[in-house]
Amino acid sequence: MTTATDTLAVRCTGIHKSFGEGEARVHVLRGTDFDARTGEMTFLVGPSGCGKTTLISVLGAILSCDDGEVDVLGHDLRALSSGKLADFRLANLGFIFQQFNLLPALSATENASIPLVARGESVKAAETSAREMLESLGMGDQVHKMPAQLSGGQQQRVAIARALVHSPRILICDEPTASLDAATGNTVMGLLRDAALAGDRSVIIVTHDNRIFDFADRIHHMADGVITHIESPDSSREDAP
Amino acid sequence: MYRVALRMLLGDKTKCLGLVFGVAFSTLLVCQQMSIFFGLLGRASSVVNDVREADIWVMDPSVKTIDVPYPLRALELPRVRGVEGVAWAVPFFKATVQVRTHQGMLENAIILGIDDASLVGVPDAFVVGSIDDLAEPDAIAVNPAGFRLLFPGEELDVGRELELNDSRAKIVAIVDAAPAFAANLTIYTRYSLATQYTNNGRNQLSFILAKSADGTPPEVVAERIAARTGLKSVTSQQLRRESIMYVLANTGIPVSFGTVVILGAIIGVAIVGLTFNQFVMENIKQYAALKAIGVRNVKLLFMTLGQAAFVGVIGYGIGLGIAALFFSTVPKKSDALRGFYLLPEVAVGVAILAAVIVILSTLISMRRVLTVDPATVFRG
Ligand SMILES: Nc1ncnc2c1ncn2[C@@H]1O[C@H](COP(=O)(O)OP(=O)(O)OP(=O)(O)O)[C@@H](O)[C@H]1O
Ligand SMILES: [Mg+2]
Repeated sequence: MTTATDTLAVRCTGIHKSFGEGEARVHVLRGTDFDARTGEMTFLVGPSGCGKTTLISVLGAILSCDDGEVDVLGHDLRALSSGKLADFRLANLGFIFQQFNLLPALSATENASIPLVARGESVKAAETSAREMLESLGMGDQVHKMPAQLSGGQQQRVAIARALVHSPRILICDEPTASLDAATGNTVMGLLRDAALAGDRSVIIVTHDNRIFDFADRIHHMADGVITHIESPDSSREDAP
Repeated sequence: MYRVALRMLLGDKTKCLGLVFGVAFSTLLVCQQMSIFFGLLGRASSVVNDVREADIWVMDPSVKTIDVPYPLRALELPRVRGVEGVAWAVPFFKATVQVRTHQGMLENAIILGIDDASLVGVPDAFVVGSIDDLAEPDAIAVNPAGFRLLFPGEELDVGRELELNDSRAKIVAIVDAAPAFAANLTIYTRYSLATQYTNNGRNQLSFILAKSADGTPPEVVAERIAARTGLKSVTSQQLRRESIMYVLANTGIPVSFGTVVILGAIIGVAIVGLTFNQFVMENIKQYAALKAIGVRNVKLLFMTLGQAAFVGVIGYGIGLGIAALFFSTVPKKSDALRGFYLLPEVAVGVAILAAVIVILSTLISMRRVLTVDPATVFRG
């Protein structure tokens, strides 16, 4: 039996999330629905403060929501303990952050090998895989360098390697190109698409950067904590006169 | 992941050095002070230790420490000898005396007078000469530390003369007695000469040294002597303990050393704990990133513990090494610290202190690691 949900990696329905108490309470997610398919790049765009980061934190098993359903790869995240959520992230998710968040004392290879080491693989095997991943991202001659010796684009490639080295089913990126210039941003997006989609992954990207919208399969537009509309660039181009 | 934790720690060289230094400093300070403390306590009983042949000491009932004897009547000696289970009993004289060299050097000395006939009570540790030389007229033996005090810079040798209360005395032997608590110079001589040197008259008996007969426990014989003579009679073991307790109860030593040791421990915990906490705080984004990737809290906790344990072990090693170096060199050169050494018990005790520092540091910083919200990695 094949249904539309078979290809859904993420399905969130009616998510509510607020921060703070009493007067200071901010209701950020207000019954948000969101889904992402495998083999696709799903963009999440919208004005600053509308709740994009909050939403991907919830579906990234990092933040718990107040109400609604969060189904990721068939798991009900709300039913998992914090330890199980950590295991779930390590097993299924890869993250890329705007600030890269590399460990400054570790070389490119060591940084990229962390998820495998955390899974209990031997350091040697983990670093071999990390090096191969870096090479595939065009970082073959930078593998021994420390983050401080790398440019922003190179650091983000190390971060991509770290996010993909353990072959996660879903890749979650928050503003991956915001710290990069346009050309580097394009290169990084190209690499992301090739590397990420190769494994029949679902890639979710939060961005402000309309220069990279062309890479999207579907774009979720968000405002004030809800998805206002979903756009498919290819079809919209087809629809264009 | 411990490798990752270690690299994180080594990545911050300044803090890493500060942490290692903190543990090393604490270890060294506490090791050193505790060893000197126990060394000093040992001196409180060194006179007892050096009388190896006897196992029972008899004294006036009012005597609390070997350093303050009270004279016994001469007739007590035959009474003690008459107690059942006493193999032999000899007189032992102990007093302080002023000593002058021909060069004009003036020192306080402990003078120990041993039985003229048996010469019992001198440690069997002659550096120069032998016990038989003490039978000569005006013969005395001194300890090496005392000799160096009287004749600075000269080779240990016999033949020199001293003045003890205007009487002539001749050094015929050098005996390696343990340094005593009250003075660095210890003089051994015959009982008859000792009473003469101190102008105490003939029958000034400080202690009676006795030996229990084979097969009778010294405790039993000591009790029997006490019951029969009304004197205080204890085994060497008991007297050693009493003399140490006397120093503990009646001098400022435990308080002053205790203060330094406690300060050392507190400074260690404070420096290391706070520096480690700062290290964790400054690297909190890294812990958050690891958490977001999916490293469990328990694992992060053990990583932090591993980091603290690393500085703990290295710091302890360095501190202990320096302390060991100190005690293997300085006491050989300095008579003030002679016979002091790094006790294994102290090394173990300080290892426990280092472990406490490590655990407290981890506990102080743990909360931050455990509570940091992995979602912060998404924020600038
Ligand atoms: N931990 C928190 N505590 C309190 N308020 C929070 C917290 N996290 C987010 N918020 C608030 O929730 C709202 C949405 O934040 P969020 O980071 O999801 O927005 P965003 O769409 O990602 O914005 P940007 O494009 O600027 O990154 C903001 O008003 C923010 O101040
Ligand atoms: Mg955001």
